[in-house]
Amino acid sequence: MAEYSTPTSEQEFHANFAQLKPRMNASEALFESSRCLFCFDAPCIQACPSGIDIPQFIRQINSGNDTGAARTIYEANYFGNACGKVCPTEVLCEGACVYNLQDVKPIEIGRLQSFATRKAIEEEKPLMQAGIPNGRKVAIVGAGPAGISAACELRALGYEVDVFEAKDQPSGLTVYGVAPYKITNEEVLAEMAYLQKQFGYSVQYNSPITSQADLQALEEGYDAIFLGIGLGRTNALLLPGEERENCVGAVEFIEQLRMNHHATTVGRKVIVLGGGNTAMDAASESSRLGADSVILAYRRGKEDMGAYEFEYDLAKGVGVKGLFNVAPVEIVGNGKVEGVKFIRTALHEGQVQTVPGSEFVEPCDMVIKATGQAKQTHFLSLIGGLKTDGKGRIVADERTGQTTNPQYFTSGDARNGGAEVVNAAAEAKAAARGIHEYLSRK
Amino acid sequence: MPDLSINFAGIKSPNPFWLASAPPTNSGYQVMKAFDAGWGGAVWKTLGVPVVNVSSRYGSVNYRDKRMMGFNNIELISDRPLSDNLREIEEVKKRFPNHAVIASLMVQSRQEWHDIVRQSQEAGADGIELNFGCPHGMCERGMGSAVGQEPEVLQTIVEWVMEVAKIPVIVKLTPNISDITEPAMAARRGGADAISLINTIQSIVGVDLDLFAPYPIVDGKGSNGGYCGPAVKPIALNMLKNCAQHPDVRLPISGIGGIETWRDAVEHILLGASSVQVCTAAMHYGFGIIREMTSGLEQYMVDKGFNTIYDFVGKALPNVLHWEDLNMKYKVTANIHEEKCIGCQLCYTACEDGAHQAIKLNAGTRVPEIIEANCVGCNLCSLVCPVEDCITMDRKDDGTAHVTWKERTEANDIPTEFNDEKAGGRHHWVPEPAAALGKEKHKTLPGKARQFEKVTVTQEVTE
Repeated sequence: MAEYSTPTSEQEFHANFAQLKPRMNASEALFESSRCLFCFDAPCIQACPSGIDIPQFIRQINSGNDTGAARTIYEANYFGNACGKVCPTEVLCEGACVYNLQDVKPIEIGRLQSFATRKAIEEEKPLMQAGIPNGRKVAIVGAGPAGISAACELRALGYEVDVFEAKDQPSGLTVYGVAPYKITNEEVLAEMAYLQKQFGYSVQYNSPITSQADLQALEEGYDAIFLGIGLGRTNALLLPGEERENCVGAVEFIEQLRMNHHATTVGRKVIVLGGGNTAMDAASESSRLGADSVILAYRRGKEDMGAYEFEYDLAKGVGVKGLFNVAPVEIVGNGKVEGVKFIRTALHEGQVQTVPGSEFVEPCDMVIKATGQAKQTHFLSLIGGLKTDGKGRIVADERTGQTTNPQYFTSGDARNGGAEVVNAAAEAKAAARGIHEYLSRK
Repeated sequence: MPDLSINFAGIKSPNPFWLASAPPTNSGYQVMKAFDAGWGGAVWKTLGVPVVNVSSRYGSVNYRDKRMMGFNNIELISDRPLSDNLREIEEVKKRFPNHAVIASLMVQSRQEWHDIVRQSQEAGADGIELNFGCPHGMCERGMGSAVGQEPEVLQTIVEWVMEVAKIPVIVKLTPNISDITEPAMAARRGGADAISLINTIQSIVGVDLDLFAPYPIVDGKGSNGGYCGPAVKPIALNMLKNCAQHPDVRLPISGIGGIETWRDAVEHILLGASSVQVCTAAMHYGFGIIREMTSGLEQYMVDKGFNTIYDFVGKALPNVLHWEDLNMKYKVTANIHEEKCIGCQLCYTACEDGAHQAIKLNAGTRVPEIIEANCVGCNLCSLVCPVEDCITMDRKDDGTAHVTWKERTEANDIPTEFNDEKAGGRHHWVPEPAAALGKEKHKTLPGKARQFEKVTVTQEVTE
């Protein structure tokens, strides 16, 4: 018996994918903010990649200044509401809360953050604005967390900003890639609309930048170009049978789910390949879509998984079963997926080695590959002088985000190889400052 | 089991917990319900001249998420007909003969006092409490605190009452006065059997930021009210101590002010109260709190080996001295127990900004360190520390030396000039003033993302 029955309506979908960090009401926010100790030089601030002054905004909530709290948050992070919901707060701010050392439940910082920002968004509080126009223009490729954050910061500095987005909605993985129980589409898009209304940057949707000619137009039309392109499709496994029907990439599967909700098809028996956070999400999601059984297969041991512990717990909590020390060798089936042939693995001097003769087939009718996202190597090769490192990440100045082609700047997954929304938001803000520094000097 | 019963100036009660004269004792219904729940006595809501109340009567002081840590009211004395109140007093007494029912009274003329005292006695009240404390509404009519603030007037009225009183008379004192022992002594001179204190403190509990009016708001306006609740306990305890220690007061005292738990009650008793009165806590949580109060008091008495309340009435009084009699050789310093520290650094910032710069931070750890040479033993760090017993104040003197300011004064050993070597802070290290500038900018100022310098637009604006 499955943990969840297959959702057939929007209502059932939202029940199966109930928000992990539901919205606080004013009473809860008052109670929770009252618990904050207001530490000196607070560890939560230090643990936040965007350095939000957390004790300050909590104190503002506690004293009835929710608008001021939202301002504090947005001054540090333009994805303030999204980060409150999608950040792995367990390992960031909340993980650093001193209450943990007292065996007391840490302050629910993420939910308090979203409490304040969501109120500001709904009440359309004018907290931010574009700076005095300075006559310069910046093009931004990609309307994800990095691109939009850079757009906001650049607008605040007086730049004219045009964002070019391949898809038809902003916020990148926040709306296309994050698990639906972390944030709803409506909530993501409301924050995007709120930001755009205040800063007034333009976003051209369904406008992928793909060719040399596209890039040349940007180079000629803009003083600087910010690359917030993120990563590409799911990496191919290069295994026989990978092309079979119902063998899908996790990124693509989650995008389907975010866009189509309960109309997303899932197998009865799903095998998810991978041990990272995306694998945990895909496994949880399959279960919440009503799959009878979901197996999470990873080639090393449980303790070696890259996923956060709380993410694995979350998956286990919805009935996902772990299958460890197995490597896929073939996707078997006849047209459609019918199973995965695995071989058992063992660690030998730190290296994963297969155990000869230990092959077995685990039957299933769907395979989700959560084996990382490809780098956009081809696109990047079109930009003159732009260097990438051995892992395909764009090489950029740590402080300014300037690439080896001085007209180009970058942040987010394309530069860091894949991290959280909060990292992209924080780095993009810095890169926008880098652009400003560069163009002011020019 | 210990005996909780009391005989307060002749008023017998199964336990020392009485409901104070206030809204919870407005009717026979409420008093019976309270006695049924376990309260030992009740001081009836003040009977007296006819009054009319306004709507919107109470205001509250909330602290973060805690409600009613302070409370005030602009309600007057009982607005119910005197005959109804007297009839209900009689009914309660019949039903609860062993409980204490005290009639609180407030009238003006000698004849009125005589009449109402007699009527209360006839109704069967065990005692009388004279309300000389109400700080709002009644004082403007020459009653309540207007009497309590004039010892001679107070004494005269007590004398009138004593002319006809056959039951014990308690005088309830107002705290809205510089020296509460003055009216206490006047009560004694007038012949009163006991005093109770404190009544409410004149107050404005808050101002509405949108309506620009004080709480509680009556049609856009407000008035000062009477303050009570947990916040007033420290004021009550001090005034209680003043009366209990005064050699010329020597009357049983019913302690009132901020009593919500058995602990609060024990504190009042230790400083000289032999009955305690409760109002705000009952208004907040209902009569059921009495179960926690009696059980806590009982357990405390068992733990301490006290058989009756009188075993510890005033037990803390010998330890309350004048400042000049404290031992100046006693020395404590703060000690941070590293294994308990959670690294909030509240002690650091409190000492740094609010005390004596005797705590420092070290690289690589969030556990602060006490600079013992600078620590004056003020307690602040241990008070702000959120962890139980993480910062202790440890004794550093050997306990053999003892000298007080009074002794030093008598021995001519006190600083007398501004630059006197004997002055306390003379050799205490303080940092240079300018060392403060920018000291913690990187820490206390907003997070990393906001450390960007403010950017001014320098380049020319083109088309």
